Amino acid sequence: MYKYDEYDHAMVAARVAEFSDQVKRRLAGEITEDQFKPLRLMNGLYLQLHAYMLRVAVPYGTLDSRQMRMLAHIARKYDRDYGHFTTRQNIQYNWIKLEDAPAILADLASVEMHAIQTSGNCIRNISSDQWAGAAADEITDPRPWAELLRQWSSFHPEFSYLPRKFKIAVIAADEDRAAMRLHDIGIQIVERDGVHGAAFYVGGGMGRTPMIAPLIKEFVPLEDMLSYAEACLRVYNRYGRRDNIYKARIKILIHELGADEYRRQVEEEFAHVKSLGIDPPKAEFDRIAKQFAPPALDASAPDAIDRSDPDFAVWVDQNVAAHKVAGHAIVNISLKPIGGIPGDASSAQIDLMADLAEQYSHDELRVTHAQNIVLPHVRKADLYAIWQALDAAGLATPNLDLISDIIACPGLDYCSLANARSIPVAQKIAARFSDLGRQKELGELKLKISGCINACGHHHAGHIGILGVDRKGTENYQLLLGGSGAEDVSLGTITGPGFDEDGIVDAIERVTDRYLAERAEGERFVDTFRRVGMAPFKEAIYG
Amino acid sequence: MKLLTGNDLKTGFVTWWTGSDWSIHIEDAADVGEHGEAILAVEEAARRVNAPYIIAGEKTADGPRPAHIKDRIRALGPTVRPDLTLKPADPAAGDWVI
Ligand code: HEM
Ligand code: SF4
Repeated sequence: MYKYDEYDHAMVAARVAEFSDQVKRRLAGEITEDQFKPLRLMNGLYLQLHAYMLRVAVPYGTLDSRQMRMLAHIARKYDRDYGHFTTRQNIQYNWIKLEDAPAILADLASVEMHAIQTSGNCIRNISSDQWAGAAADEITDPRPWAELLRQWSSFHPEFSYLPRKFKIAVIAADEDRAAMRLHDIGIQIVERDGVHGAAFYVGGGMGRTPMIAPLIKEFVPLEDMLSYAEACLRVYNRYGRRDNIYKARIKILIHELGADEYRRQVEEEFAHVKSLGIDPPKAEFDRIAKQFAPPALDASAPDAIDRSDPDFAVWVDQNVAAHKVAGHAIVNISLKPIGGIPGDASSAQIDLMADLAEQYSHDELRVTHAQNIVLPHVRKADLYAIWQALDAAGLATPNLDLISDIIACPGLDYCSLANARSIPVAQKIAARFSDLGRQKELGELKLKISGCINACGHHHAGHIGILGVDRKGTENYQLLLGGSGAEDVSLGTITGPGFDEDGIVDAIERVTDRYLAERAEGERFVDTFRRVGMAPFKEAIYG
Repeated sequence: MKLLTGNDLKTGFVTWWTGSDWSIHIEDAADVGEHGEAILAVEEAARRVNAPYIIAGEKTADGPRPAHIKDRIRALGPTVRPDLTLKPADPAAGDWVI
């Protein structure tokens, strides 16, 4: 894991001191809310429906047990004993008091964490593959590159006031577990003639105008990666639409310019930027990379798993993934118990996951964009003990990537921008499909719900997506089919008129029934949808 | 009726204008009638409450009820966590929101 150096510590400490002073002045009435709002947002402090909301960055979703325990501590001491893990691999607290915010940031700083750049028109937390460093299919660990981007983008003076927010994801496997092409910049580390380079996809995003990022450059030598990213951002910063918030994301610029013209301008800029010496010397990169050195795993550890407990075996089949080292596995902890709130975890659960990471996973945890938690480096021989502990804490739901593993944004229960509630819909769908046999029969089915057009719940990228809208003051839900945030990336299509809360659950059941009737051997829901198209589903839904 | 609401500066909690002060309980909310803008201007200057705004509501036997679901959720708390609402002991409290 990356450890802060003296610069990181000094930067974060200075920010905590600065913000403490700003809060003091605000509480004393010396500054107005209009003056204070941009300052608090720079520190991840929003005002939501019921209280202040704090968004804490989890760089590329990686945490150690000490940091995870601090997240539990904050939930317990300053919030209402829980936190919400988000699709951007962060955590949000919903009940923060302004007067406590400086103390919370100081607590976070003590474990090398912060809430900087989790809001505003800057480069946000860099996201990555939650299985980085462990996945059997990766060509390298993408996190050193994500960390390099984090350092480059932190307080980047030129990019602190971009036309709009900017999100970057980095992966290093062909299987895309980070929705890479739905980011402003998606980087895939690839191999060519035995050499690694970065494929740059630029201009993806969700929100009200969803777009899949086109490939802008197939192979950027890694020693040019920062300069190339800098060039991509400079062109955006210069020409992005500052006049219209709805057209301000880079995806709109690239759409309007065309990928070829954008690429031409980036190349021109790059030729200049490269001379500035932004890319670090190899020794500096190696210093960063060393901190992500794989843990010492014993490849001769026993490979067999005792499956005699049937509940355990079901969980292993669904939630445990292949590790690159023999005798080891990746554990995916579902934060989607049937009837629960997707992504929420209590402080006791967060503490327990920290304990398990410390004891069994080389002190590492990951947050996933699907709002789950991962223990990346576990011995297969320890799986049963881990499962028992998780099960006792309500954390062993064996539903990874099944229909009840729902991504849902906070929606109208918490969010001031929402049109409709997301969480109750997720709960009703999970309850309708609670039978595990039925879920497994349906197979991989990614269901994603947003409470408004901003698409924080990735509804465009769901095999089944749900968008909450306001229809004359009542909650209404539109249904989308055929999206994907993975390597087979696609955007969902709206089926037709929307539904009320119970109607949407019925509609989904009609959709899944039709899928079972239509599917060919080995097809997932989204495969069948792509083959047969919308018509049969429309007919099933609307008659 | 017209209600004046905002979020308390210190705690961020939802708060309602009672006619003389602020309360977290919507039952205490006063009909500000035509005076909403004037009270709002004074209260904004006092800087105790963030972004106060005026909403429409109706008088009911149970007290004021905001016209929009968003403000009803603000008044009660998250519908998915009855334990965290202002009426944790009342299992039917959520019905008021919908
Ligand atoms: C509750 C406070 C939140 C606010 C005020 C908020 C606001 C927004 C807004 C305005 C956008 C649209 C940006 C645009 O199109 O330019 C957006 C997008 C997004 N948000 Fe949130 N959000 C919130 C919570 C969350 C949560 C809880 C998550 C994760 C579950 C999240 C993840 C995202 C993602 C992934 C996007 C899509 C990015 C894109 O457009 O490419 N947000 N958010
Ligand atoms: S999608 Fe809309 S409702 Fe959901 S968290 Fe984002 S802004 Fe709020």
